[in-house]
Amino acid sequence: MKYLLQRIAFYLFTAWAAITLNFFIPRMIPGDPVKSLLSRFQGQMSSQAIDSLYVLFGLDKNASIWEQYFDYWKQLFHGDLGLSFTAFPSPVSEVIGSALPWTLALVGITTIISFFLGTGLGVLAGWRRGSWVDGLLPATTFLSSVPYFWLGLLAIFLLAGPNSIFPSGGGYTPGLIPAWDQYFIPSAIQHSLLPALTILISSVSGWILSMRNMMVTVAAEDYITVAHAKGLSEKRVALSYAARNALLPNVSGFALSLGFIVGGTLLVEIVFSYPGLGFLLFRAVTAKDYPLMQGIFLVITISVLVANLIADIAYLLLDPRTRKEG
Amino acid sequence: MSAEPVLEIKNLNVDYGLGDQAVRAVRDVSLTLHRGEVLGLAGESGSGKSTLAYGLTRLLPPPGVITGGEVIYHPEKGDAYDVLGLSDRGLRDFRWAETAIVFQGAMNSLNPVHKISTQLTDVLAAHEPKMSAHSRTARAREMLKLVGISADRMDAYPHQLSGGMRQRVMIGMALILQPQVVIMDEPTTALDVVMQRQILGQLIELRERLGFSVIFITHDLSLLVEFSNRIAIMYGGRIVEEAQAATLYKDSLHPYSAGLLGSFPALRGPRRELTGIPGSPPDLKGMPSGCSFHPRCPKAFDPCADTIPILGHPETPDGSVRTVACWLHPAAGSAAALASAKEQVS
Repeated sequence: MKYLLQRIAFYLFTAWAAITLNFFIPRMIPGDPVKSLLSRFQGQMSSQAIDSLYVLFGLDKNASIWEQYFDYWKQLFHGDLGLSFTAFPSPVSEVIGSALPWTLALVGITTIISFFLGTGLGVLAGWRRGSWVDGLLPATTFLSSVPYFWLGLLAIFLLAGPNSIFPSGGGYTPGLIPAWDQYFIPSAIQHSLLPALTILISSVSGWILSMRNMMVTVAAEDYITVAHAKGLSEKRVALSYAARNALLPNVSGFALSLGFIVGGTLLVEIVFSYPGLGFLLFRAVTAKDYPLMQGIFLVITISVLVANLIADIAYLLLDPRTRKEG
Repeated sequence: MSAEPVLEIKNLNVDYGLGDQAVRAVRDVSLTLHRGEVLGLAGESGSGKSTLAYGLTRLLPPPGVITGGEVIYHPEKGDAYDVLGLSDRGLRDFRWAETAIVFQGAMNSLNPVHKISTQLTDVLAAHEPKMSAHSRTARAREMLKLVGISADRMDAYPHQLSGGMRQRVMIGMALILQPQVVIMDEPTTALDVVMQRQILGQLIELRERLGFSVIFITHDLSLLVEFSNRIAIMYGGRIVEEAQAATLYKDSLHPYSAGLLGSFPALRGPRRELTGIPGSPPDLKGMPSGCSFHPRCPKAFDPCADTIPILGHPETPDGSVRTVACWLHPAAGSAAALASAKEQVS
């Protein structure tokens, strides 16, 4: 318990450091957002509007950097991440809020499927070395080494088209209004199939490979021989003794990959013009939308930290050796 | 001690690998374990002792293959059967219930992610499915008490126990189904000498109480002389000498046994030079011709390099049964083989 509290304290400190950096970095970039907004409106703004924009962006000249810093924290606690330039005048939190569910649903579900599928196949491949599952490995490894954007483009080229059930991009059929109804949901699922498939293909082999190799390592341990000698059933030896121990590194890998769900899928979403967070980040970068970038980075940072904490807790639960007494 | 056999190994051969590349780790080993007996199996590293133990329980890791022989097991009730001919199901039932093993690595024999209690009770769950969960736990507690570990360690994980405690847990686990045979594969190698004695003493005491037979594998002949009834010496995959412990200690026939005995000091008796055995264990891939010990043997003579000595009963003055495979002490009937070998040479 003490260990867990220590970890939580550590993550809180890291989160503070990340948020502070997130505050200072845009302020070190030359120029300011109002000027770039000004150029977007090609100077057609009154000086009053410019002044109020400075106040809106929290850049009124009178405030010292410390006052700004405290204001920034105050706003954060209210969930206020500032205003986006590109989607002006929508607040950043709203823009991110509309993109996040897409990414979470697509990448989240595929990551979970990929982990369970890959780990399961890895257990089989490691336990029955030389079987057909083992023969699958070179193929999956080849597919995962294909650059992702190329795989995505290839999938669009080969599978998507006017007569195909796979749309070539977007999150849903244009014209539909996002809602939980019988028109929108099937369309959203249909649009997510191809990106999900490509993510699955490129990520599953990592899980298979690491699980298989751990299984092979663990299978050589003395306690596996003991389990066999005890006359336990093959299934119990494979799952409760071998896989249970081989799983440990994979579980922490899985928890970490949960953190990258949010930010690590830039390419997928660009290739498929998927309305998720990665695509949003891409647009924010090309449009120099600093508040939006800042907001997305914050979300990514926090999700990675939370994933790390989950990894720690999962390890604590799964491996008694990491638990400290007292 | 009854002379009734409980485990008979007949002409067991174990190879690692297949075909020409195969390494013949155990060759033509015949050994009988009697009920209630402690049979010591000694030899250098790579002499095939552990392979023999793994072979007779069919636990050989790949590429180990049993290429021939029989392992006849005599259960307490019922007919004897060949372990090597058992079905998978039959083998699972045989393992641990009839022959339990205490392995070399005291440190790694327990699954690190499960509690001691889980690992003790899952044997019971596998072999006695009708037993209730409560009585399983009770039995596990009883076994821990038997090996001198307090029952509150039931909920401990292996890493919370010392090496000696872990090995005692393993011994308790080995005895939980009251097997007829317990194979000890260098059970105390990872422990210090004090713990070694304590555990072995306890084991012998338990054996007297529960009446199981032990095959005790070690490279430490001094331990065997003290704790076992009979000793078999292995060299290069073969048994080269087998005798009662006291007989072997006082009067070993094979030069290799003599070499092993000469490499540790005696506690009592006159001072003597510790000799050791020159050279190194043979390469199993390229065994010397004839007696595999002859390149290292101080007493090697004519026939040793050409003809493999037969394991047989030499003439003993007191008439005790012992076997040795050495041309210095040719077994009855092997004189003819020697003569024909000489003919071939000349």
